Amino acid sequence: MNRLPLALAQFNTRLGDVDANLDRHLSYAEQARRQGAELLVFPELSLTGYALMDLAVSVARRPHADDPTFRPLLQASKSIDLLVGFVEAEQRHRFYISSAYLSRGEIVHVHRKVYLPTYGLFDEGRFFAWGDAVRAFDTRFGRMGVLICEDFWHASPPYLLWLDGADVLLFASASPGRGLSREPRLETARWVEQINQAYASLFTSFIVHVNRTGFEDGLNFWGGSTVFDPDGALLARAPYHEEALTLVELDLEQLHRTRARLPLLRDERTALMSRELARILRRDPGSPTLGD
Amino acid sequence: MSESPSLEIHPDLVRRILIDFLRTEITRAGFSRAVVGLSGGIDSALACYLVDEALGPENVLAVRMPYQTSSPDSLEHAALVIGQTGVRELTVPITPMAEPFLAAIPADQAVRRGNVFARLRMIVLYDRSAEFGGLVVGTGNKTEILLGYTTLYGDSACALNPLGDLYKTQIRQLARAVSVPEGTVAKPPSADLWAGQTDEGELGFTYERVDQLLLLLVDGRHSPESCVEAGFDRAFVQAVLERIRRNQFKRLQPPIAKLSNRTVGYDFLYLRDWGT
Repeated sequence: MNRLPLALAQFNTRLGDVDANLDRHLSYAEQARRQGAELLVFPELSLTGYALMDLAVSVARRPHADDPTFRPLLQASKSIDLLVGFVEAEQRHRFYISSAYLSRGEIVHVHRKVYLPTYGLFDEGRFFAWGDAVRAFDTRFGRMGVLICEDFWHASPPYLLWLDGADVLLFASASPGRGLSREPRLETARWVEQINQAYASLFTSFIVHVNRTGFEDGLNFWGGSTVFDPDGALLARAPYHEEALTLVELDLEQLHRTRARLPLLRDERTALMSRELARILRRDPGSPTLGD
Repeated sequence: MSESPSLEIHPDLVRRILIDFLRTEITRAGFSRAVVGLSGGIDSALACYLVDEALGPENVLAVRMPYQTSSPDSLEHAALVIGQTGVRELTVPITPMAEPFLAAIPADQAVRRGNVFARLRMIVLYDRSAEFGGLVVGTGNKTEILLGYTTLYGDSACALNPLGDLYKTQIRQLARAVSVPEGTVAKPPSADLWAGQTDEGELGFTYERVDQLLLLLVDGRHSPESCVEAGFDRAFVQAVLERIRRNQFKRLQPPIAKLSNRTVGYDFLYLRDWGT
């Protein structure tokens, strides 16, 4: 399949009200399907809201066909693929910020957020467990990867997904807007768009970013979801600060055209990278110790 | 190279966010109306314009609460705002409520007297908000919150505050953009607690200057030394830092003595928007 009719849903969640948010998911799925989309991407924690704090444990779900929240989503995924954001409860009662890719009634992939910002206005590390895997996965549209917000503020997770074969990277965010200047957009919006465009260009891949809108107490979420193509060209941008369902068709043949012109993937020296990384991480006396 | 920090804002962007903030946060709390205490100054005028845009004039009650020594200009400037926005209005003179308090306070104790005015106005606003069925919208700006130039449980009392992350200098930019009358924007800011009082006279520095310093210290995380190197007088930097530190109590809920395993404020953590 060479074309991917894609939809991005940016909306304001109800904080801690999974049933209300589930209804929004199902109605967006139906709307996107009617408009011809075959994959619908939701923001980070789209089923729960973002600043959950002590609510985190009570809204957690197991991504499973028997779960009352996932059952209708899996049903909906029979007619349109979905990426949904939720709090994942695992067997041993650790709670993760996760996104699940659902297709044809199956859970294809679950990504657990690997970078939990715990600085400034963020306190995720206090309430959530750290994911510890970054894996690409196969879909009916080709190989993809999922990252959640802070995951892609670090360069290594997108890089790993690229090497793991992902050609379409799905980024889900609940990004609180901040930073004033004379520019007509917030500094957060400028920064996120810059790095998304850079990833698209550096990895000659599609970068899909979906960010929520609305408020939680005084935090504003700025929307502005984007899609960049393998040339780094902007294919779509949803409006800032308002709910929207944005449709855009990805021409997957662009991967061929761009990489024929610019063989960055072919020439990437992974063995060199791996060797040097191993050297840097070796704990020589006097060298900085880097985190794991 | 990063640009030097600037107080300049894009007024349309800020206006958009603040109007959405007011509409979203008031309606999700179960209300559709708001109450603003209108002093005739720039902050409350701006808040009134924003909440008018967010909810519509019929859903906004502007309350003027003059004391007998309040400047006649204040009432007139407030009247201009009411006229331009078409919000509902009410004038409740606080003189008869204030007199019994003031009789017990020596005339030279201006701060005590000023606090009485501010707290009486809070009582009137909250009482009228119950009658009107609207939330009290705060009008405190970032400069006065940081400097503690505010009365605890007085003018700082509100249900939500759209202006608290804008310095006074930025308030002026936004006020001009939403067409707050120029007479209100340009006049010297005053708490109007006694004749001839101005904020800048009382604080001992201009908002323009202190906002530049606060932008470096607070937003830019510059050290005091680097502010001195940037041209600020050392004594001024120290005085401002001390004001910020001394007034931290006004910015927090009172501490609860922790005894149990789960205590409000420490490990019982939910947003106000819980469940909405």
